[in-house]
Amino acid sequence: MSFTFPEYVHNKNVGFILRDFQQDFSRINPCRVYVDFQQTKSFNDFGVLVLTEIKKKTHQANGKLVLRNLSQEVQDILDLVQFSTLPEEVSDLSQKRLPKITIRTGEAFFKCLYDMKKMIFFVGEVFFASLVLIKNPRKLRYNDVIYYMQRVGVDALPIVALISLLLGLIMAFMSSAQLEQFGANIYVASLVSLAMIKELGPIMTCILVSGRSGSAFASEIGSMKISEEVDALTTMGFDTTIFLVMPKIVAAVIVVPLLVVFSDIFAIAGGLIIGVSMLDLTIHSYIHQTMTSLTILDFGLGLLKSMFFALIIAWIGAFRGFQTEGGAQEVGQATTSAVVSSIFLIIVVDSLIAVMLRYWN
Amino acid sequence: MNKRQAVVEVKDVSIGFSSKVIQRHLDFEVYEGEIFVILGGSGCGKSTLLKSIIGLYQPLYGDISLQGMSIKNSQNDIQAYRNILKEIGVMYQGGALLGSLTLAENIALPLHEHTNLNTEEIASLVSVKLALVNLHGFELAMPSELSGGMRKRAAIARALALNPGLLFLDEPSAGLDPILSSELDHLLIKINKNLATTMIIVSHELASIKAIAERVIVLDQDGQGIIEQGPPGHLAEYSKVPYVRHFFHRQPHFSFEA
Repeated sequence: MSFTFPEYVHNKNVGFILRDFQQDFSRINPCRVYVDFQQTKSFNDFGVLVLTEIKKKTHQANGKLVLRNLSQEVQDILDLVQFSTLPEEVSDLSQKRLPKITIRTGEAFFKCLYDMKKMIFFVGEVFFASLVLIKNPRKLRYNDVIYYMQRVGVDALPIVALISLLLGLIMAFMSSAQLEQFGANIYVASLVSLAMIKELGPIMTCILVSGRSGSAFASEIGSMKISEEVDALTTMGFDTTIFLVMPKIVAAVIVVPLLVVFSDIFAIAGGLIIGVSMLDLTIHSYIHQTMTSLTILDFGLGLLKSMFFALIIAWIGAFRGFQTEGGAQEVGQATTSAVVSSIFLIIVVDSLIAVMLRYWN
Repeated sequence: MNKRQAVVEVKDVSIGFSSKVIQRHLDFEVYEGEIFVILGGSGCGKSTLLKSIIGLYQPLYGDISLQGMSIKNSQNDIQAYRNILKEIGVMYQGGALLGSLTLAENIALPLHEHTNLNTEEIASLVSVKLALVNLHGFELAMPSELSGGMRKRAAIARALALNPGLLFLDEPSAGLDPILSSELDHLLIKINKNLATTMIIVSHELASIKAIAERVIVLDQDGQGIIEQGPPGHLAEYSKVPYVRHFFHRQPHFSFEA
């Protein structure tokens, strides 16, 4: 069979050329294919594709391929792509190479173990850094502490206040429908204040702080890690835990309880609005009921819990940041992971505290 | 040359990460006062080697000693390791200046931490360091406001902050124009001669390597360690390894012969 290689092969005609050849080939089924380049004026990688397909077909039929009238230009391009050694069978590009499920499970398991080891190490590092700072408080970067206090606390205040106010409104509104039936309107004040101060205030505030600041800590340290700033600090002889992590932890532990206080106040105000406007309570009676249902212990416990939660948020944020390796995608992953793990840990710790208190009482 | 004291000793070291060995059987020493260049194709582990020497990565096998201290022991004796870190300066590939601080604050960081100079003295020292790298007047600029080349020079100024005896530079002249690049070469030679600073440089810039390097090692593309070492001028002409000659003469290594 003789095949005259066309003048030009380009992206528009390459498909037709191949189809024509394949039809002719299956009709004739030759044992020898002569490809003649006499008419070829320009040759490029689409030409190489045509030639590769011809070679493949011929070899599959145990035939022989003979190239005729090869110009120097064609020969140069064939040399460039190493045509003689070019594989005829190529791998399917749509199939991603994924290792076996057993290997992936094993790898995930060991990664999990490694993560846990790192996490425990990091707890130790933060603990020792705290000891160093207690011994030598001048080492703490106070400017950074103030900066993060503003970021974590002051900047979060409007959103914390708004959400708490709405939460107080909703709680009072929803509970009033039930309590009104028994003439127990006044207990709306107890419900709102107890629920907010003991549980929802610290939890809601810390979930918000985790979303705002935990993620910011992770992305900040993560991008510093990627741009080698963390390495630079290490090689300048700085303890990166004291330099980068402790100001965030100290700032969060100071301002998150303050945010919780604001959250409590705004939620009670929200309940008060409903109580006064819809339940015929007076401001005085609402506040009086609130004060009698709360103890200072409830309030203190809420603040103490929020300090723990703040520690968790800053610690996880920094930890995930330090774990970042690679590029921008990993910074995003670290940020997400910081928020998810800190919210998860906050709820776990809160449940543990609730159980412990129940038995303690 | 061998009579000089070795400040870095790399003994049969393999570097890489748990899943992948990048280079193996690395064996060399860097002597006091030397300008030593690590060469090799892209992705062959030069920067990883540099970071392993500094102690940021632990070698997978073998040991590295940095100014007499074994890197393996650095984890156990953090204080001694930090003291050694005060004696070295590192310039990272991208500069690695802290983005939240001005140039002056960046350079002042190690000075505040490791000297007992007061703020004014530190400020005037910072302007001297900036003038050294031709960045006088940029004290209050933020790193994000600078070009890549300026960031590199600022990073060199920071690396030089404590007048370290040993300076590590990761691709110092990449991305600089030829004039700046040659000025930087002169600066490095001046620092090397006048301050007796030993330098370990990872570089690709042939002109710069020829101008400043006393001795180079060339890393294997396939991770088999050092394929050649010696003065750059000698290697360029007389190396028995074709890859090294091609490297120095900027020639393609693979052939187009079918």
